[in-house]
Amino acid sequence: MNKPSDSAAPDFRNRDIKTIVNAGLKRRHAAERRFRWYGLIAISLGLAFVALMFGNIISKGYPAFWQTYVQLPIRFDPTVIDPEGHHDPKAIESADYAALVRAGLRDLFPAVQGRTELRALYDLVSSDAAYELRRRVIANPALIGTSQEVWLLASATVDTLVKGNIDRTLDETERPIKDNQVGWIDKLQASGKIEKQFNTILFTGGDSREPEQAGIRGALMGSFYTLLITFLLSFPMGVATAVYLEEFAPKNRWTDLIEVNINNLAAVPSIVFGLLGLAVFINFFGLPRSAPLVGGLVLSLMTLPVIIIAGRAALTSVPPSIREAALGMGASKLQMVGHHVLPLAMPGMLTGAIIGMARALGESAPLLMIGMVAFIVDVPKGLMDPATVLPVQIYLWADLPERAFVERTSAAIMVLLAFMVLMNGLAIILRKRFERRW
Amino acid sequence: MHIVGGILPSGNRFMLTYLLLTLALLSAAGYYLGRHRAFAVANGQLRNLHSLPGFYGSYTALWCGLPALIVLAIWMVLQPGMIVDWVVAGMPPELRDLPPDRLNLMVNDLKNLVSGNIVSSTPNAAILEAANHYRNLQTIGNAALWVVVLTLAMAGIAIGWRKISPTLRARNRVEQVVNVLLIASSTIAIFTTLGIVLSVLFESIRFFHKIPISEFLFGLQWSPQTALRADQIGSSGAFGAVPLFTGTLLISGIAMLVAVPIGLMSALYLSEYATPRFRATAKPALEVLAGIPTVVYGFFAALTVAPLIRDLGSALGFQVASESAMAAGLVMGIMIIPFVSSLSDDVINAVPQSMRDGSYALGATKSETIKRVLLPAALPGIVGSILLAVSRAIGETMIVVMAAGLSANLTANPLAAVTTVTVQIVTLLTGDQEFDSAKTLAAFALGLMLFTVTLILNIIALQVVRKYREQYE
Repeated sequence: MNKPSDSAAPDFRNRDIKTIVNAGLKRRHAAERRFRWYGLIAISLGLAFVALMFGNIISKGYPAFWQTYVQLPIRFDPTVIDPEGHHDPKAIESADYAALVRAGLRDLFPAVQGRTELRALYDLVSSDAAYELRRRVIANPALIGTSQEVWLLASATVDTLVKGNIDRTLDETERPIKDNQVGWIDKLQASGKIEKQFNTILFTGGDSREPEQAGIRGALMGSFYTLLITFLLSFPMGVATAVYLEEFAPKNRWTDLIEVNINNLAAVPSIVFGLLGLAVFINFFGLPRSAPLVGGLVLSLMTLPVIIIAGRAALTSVPPSIREAALGMGASKLQMVGHHVLPLAMPGMLTGAIIGMARALGESAPLLMIGMVAFIVDVPKGLMDPATVLPVQIYLWADLPERAFVERTSAAIMVLLAFMVLMNGLAIILRKRFERRW
Repeated sequence: MHIVGGILPSGNRFMLTYLLLTLALLSAAGYYLGRHRAFAVANGQLRNLHSLPGFYGSYTALWCGLPALIVLAIWMVLQPGMIVDWVVAGMPPELRDLPPDRLNLMVNDLKNLVSGNIVSSTPNAAILEAANHYRNLQTIGNAALWVVVLTLAMAGIAIGWRKISPTLRARNRVEQVVNVLLIASSTIAIFTTLGIVLSVLFESIRFFHKIPISEFLFGLQWSPQTALRADQIGSSGAFGAVPLFTGTLLISGIAMLVAVPIGLMSALYLSEYATPRFRATAKPALEVLAGIPTVVYGFFAALTVAPLIRDLGSALGFQVASESAMAAGLVMGIMIIPFVSSLSDDVINAVPQSMRDGSYALGATKSETIKRVLLPAALPGIVGSILLAVSRAIGETMIVVMAAGLSANLTANPLAAVTTVTVQIVTLLTGDQEFDSAKTLAAFALGLMLFTVTLILNIIALQVVRKYREQYE
């Protein structure tokens, strides 16, 4: 049976085992190196994606923090602003300030004639320019009758050209700005009448169809109100649930059911929460659509599992000796939890809550379901006003074709990411400062 | 459409805030009164008291706030509906006997009129009369609410005050109430699940009354339209969801093709090869990917990756749709990398060190140990984490809404445009909607599918991972 000739065994007898191992060693070490490289490549790919995305968004978005302005000679003509000379605030408010802007443009380029030419000239300045003049006159009626050099908001196409995002070599019909307009802009630039200033409108304005007037203030306020509701609802309830499950609950079917539910809710797709919000809060309870209140309710249901899970982890990390000491001193169970365990677990709970809030801040899918995607110009002033939130604003702007909106979308993303970094940084600091190893 | 009044019609809002504020103030007063009373009945001998004085204060505050709050909540829910009923009852008979949907419309108009919004039709005398009636009732109701709530709060304080005596077990009473509150808040999770299931299920059942369930599950055509008129061209919509399922699977499949190799290899490298310092920086950096909002990925996919793939494809002579499944899938894959990597990292670390040591002792290289010992041992856990990632990919919404198409094509070509379940839910439910059409109800049926599938995937994955953990503990 065991004849030495028909198995591999003779090799072992005849040849030194070391040579066999050595023969394969080179191949095996090469495989080892290859495998190691695959790992390194995978990580570098992952990190490269992070870098690529941030680089892409920052390079697209940072020009949006600067906005082109045009300096025009404006004569605050009393016959236009206040033809009757009564300084009546109503008349001043409803005057035709656009005419002043047009006159200023004509003064700069007296040679321009003809309707289409003139219209092209007027298009250089944003429609906000007239409102700006009105604001100035209302703030300072003494301006009427004087002539001033005024910096006014340029239109989005001018802004895009000045920032170098329009290819001048293209044929006139293929770019959004005409040859004569390019000529005027070049002339203005040569005479120093075009300037880029910090874009405050981006942070103070509501949404607008005109890119140069669009800002994220409305969305930021909407996000603020929504997150306020989310925090006020989900944090107390999350802490209460975590305390009950960790400290008080008996181990039975009912608490098992609660636990399974919490774990499953953490994995339900966010859009399903949107469906819940639509069916329950809006259609059943009749709460208004687009309101931060409803958005906050939906997001708090989404955030609750995160806070509960983090809260339970924080509670289990408090050593039992503390509980026993408190009980031994005659504290009731609730006093033990309230006076000793909860304060010690609070930093961990807050960390979990902040991470949950950061996630809620970036969430948009469920809010689309409850109508927070409307085009809303006004900045919301309360929990019931129609509002949108920052991520949804990004979604809305991303759909718009103008190059200037691409820029603003990226800038809004940068603001959103800055908030996320801030919140996560806060969570990390909190953890580092107050984390205790027992 | 249900007949519902807004819980908070505009005028009520401020009133409610003030009422709650007053109630809070009264409760605070109750606390101090109760505490004071406890000192008084103790005759300066605190040890005569059963509980600490603060508990007597809380006891009084609870007597003040709790009944009043409960009545307030019930009142707020019931008042709008009752007002509507009374207003309708007080209308002229020709208005009262309108068919239910017309009546509903009129009531809506009425409410808008009352809260000063734009109404869809010019109000006639009867409607204006009704609006006045509505306003009157609202004012009376609100005044009555104030009186009732504040009386209850005062009565509560009085009761608490009367009950305080040195033998009152105030701490136990207060703790009982707190315990009930804790239990109540822990049931929220169950109610949420119940709410999701019921809301999605009810609307889905209504949908399946209109469209048979077999047609929805196995139909190959998806063009969700409902006719405004019966004789309209293209009036018959098709609700076969198979193209959506294949589209979802195609995009998730591409995502997993990106995420699984990269995520798994990163996890292996980080746990087996990397120095502690490299691990300490690379791991959080990779996890940044999980913290970026999905809308950012969507923007990146739609504006950077999709044009890139299109240009690349056309340079190579392929026909690439501008909203190709490839772009959405690729970016979704990037998003999922950290899920796969951190979950498999946990799993790999759970494999006992003794198994590695045994393999090294036999002369295996590191990669051989990983391939022949570590991976087979960790396989169930890795499968579990991949299943969790798949459920994440299926439910992902913003990336596909922004980067994938709307047309439901039944294709496996990654360069063509496909649509997914989540995209259709969003498109069907955003914008103006009437809640009864098959079109909007279809979104809930899709939501039901999504919820069921992800739930099953999660349960399987958690089960697998738990079994695996137990094996090594």
